[in-house]
Amino acid sequence: MNGIDRADSSGALAIEAIGLKKSFGAVRVLDGVDLAVPAGIVFALLGPNGAGKTTTVRILATLTRADAGRARVAGHDVEHERHRVRRGISLAGQYAAVDGLQTGAENLRMMGRLSGLSPLQARRRAGDLLEQFGLAAAGNRRVGTYSGGMRRRLDLAASLTGTPSVIFLDEPTTGLDLPSRQALWRVIGDLADKGVTVFLTTQYLEEADLLASRIAVIDGGRVVADGSPGDLKKLIAGQRLDLVLADGAAFDAVTRLAGDRAVTADPAGLTIGVATGGSAGEVRALLDEFDPDRSAVRSFSVHSTTLDDVFLALTSRTAGRPETEPSRV
Amino acid sequence: MSDVLTMTARSFRLTRRQLDSLFTALALPVLLMLLFVGLFGGAIRTGTGAGYVTYVLPGVLVLCAGFGAAITAVSVSQDMTGGIIDRFRSMDVRGPAILAGHVAASIARNIASTILVFGVACLIGFRPHASLPGWLAAAGLLLAFILAVSWLAAAYGLAVKTPEAANGFLFLVAFLPYASSAFVPVDTMPGWIQGFARNQPVTPVTQSLRGLLLGTPVGTAPWAALAWLGGILAVSLVFSGVLFSRRTA
Repeated sequence: MNGIDRADSSGALAIEAIGLKKSFGAVRVLDGVDLAVPAGIVFALLGPNGAGKTTTVRILATLTRADAGRARVAGHDVEHERHRVRRGISLAGQYAAVDGLQTGAENLRMMGRLSGLSPLQARRRAGDLLEQFGLAAAGNRRVGTYSGGMRRRLDLAASLTGTPSVIFLDEPTTGLDLPSRQALWRVIGDLADKGVTVFLTTQYLEEADLLASRIAVIDGGRVVADGSPGDLKKLIAGQRLDLVLADGAAFDAVTRLAGDRAVTADPAGLTIGVATGGSAGEVRALLDEFDPDRSAVRSFSVHSTTLDDVFLALTSRTAGRPETEPSRV
Repeated sequence: MSDVLTMTARSFRLTRRQLDSLFTALALPVLLMLLFVGLFGGAIRTGTGAGYVTYVLPGVLVLCAGFGAAITAVSVSQDMTGGIIDRFRSMDVRGPAILAGHVAASIARNIASTILVFGVACLIGFRPHASLPGWLAAAGLLLAFILAVSWLAAAYGLAVKTPEAANGFLFLVAFLPYASSAFVPVDTMPGWIQGFARNQPVTPVTQSLRGLLLGTPVGTAPWAALAWLGGILAVSLVFSGVLFSRRTA
């Protein structure tokens, strides 16, 4: 019984990637990415610019071949069963992929036909989608006249003309104003309610926290953390103690003492953030440990941990080290 | 197959709405013909006895097919450099369907411009003397030329990196007719270029068209033309296939 259960749960993975590697020339973009996304959830791949988010999506959506590793999407291998994978997925991206010279309705009818709908079905589907995405009034206008937010909504609608089981959204809200982002968030939330697996990349923590039930943080071509938003927040104690240091020497000394406990380090601002439970005793003990002479720390403050802290801690460890090393020599 | 139709309908709509390109494809050949006949016609002795418009029409038709096809190179390049190619591929639309849509639109555009040019030519004194088989053969040959040059344009659009570079196709197709028998008889050219002018695809195509439309003997020119066009088409098809997979690897 147990074995069957286990087989079932592994079969319910919508996306599974093991050891994906990809280099462009001498630049290693992905350095062994592992992902496991259960079916029917919103999954966020979170990372700074250049972390490898778009390359990961392109490999999973069969648009780029990985140099090493393998991946299964919607039940099929992305390398050997590309065409089957494509029948189960859809893609919407950062660069709205619709024709500016066609109207919104014409774009959607075309995508519907390409998804295998009859002309009549495609027409109906286009009407429904325009309605659903708040574009009904603009349906007969050329897309070239749309605002950035309207284009993105149309792009997302275009990715729904078929019946994909997995939808890839590559930074769907990058560059949009807040009302447009909120409108897209509502739409993405609705998708998840319908049982579609949504694979979202974003550099906005707020977006990942709000939409996703699982988040993987990617940095330097590797997944550096993976879990629910709550799990990730637990990676760092509930509170963060920010220390403002007196000078560069004090900054170096405290950085050395804090070691891995430093979750943020800003040499320019002479500020170090350290994880702490937040009680008076713990804060006092940390201050005594880092500053026995009572001269290094100029001031301190205590904050609740946000997902930003987790993100900064996870991504600055790889990015920040090489910068702080030379300053000590 | 249904994807090809959908992509063709798309290319038609895009073409209709690119007014500047449409102007290039439709009005430019007419203007060129008026220019040739009005300004150069008096000075050029073609030795055919007929007016210059009669001599030059096949060349203008070939030139305008090239202009029409150049739009295809740009459109293909735009598709490849914009985000839409990713969407088409993720929807499992195959490369040939995408290119065939552009080629079909190119053919339609060129048929329209050919009819327009032909109409204007008749207004300014072109008098064809073709038999029905001659008409059909001329139409077929012109269609074959349009097909070959359109696929060549599609391959060119895949080969270059930007839509601006794709525009360079215009230069290529505009150059070949000038160095052929399209506008002036080859014997009047400097010796060193005569060899090239006699042995390039535009010369047998224009010679055949001229002969077929005027009801004069064409000799083996149509076969030479068809061999050239078949070769160009085959090479373009192979290259566009290879280039498409390389661009999307």
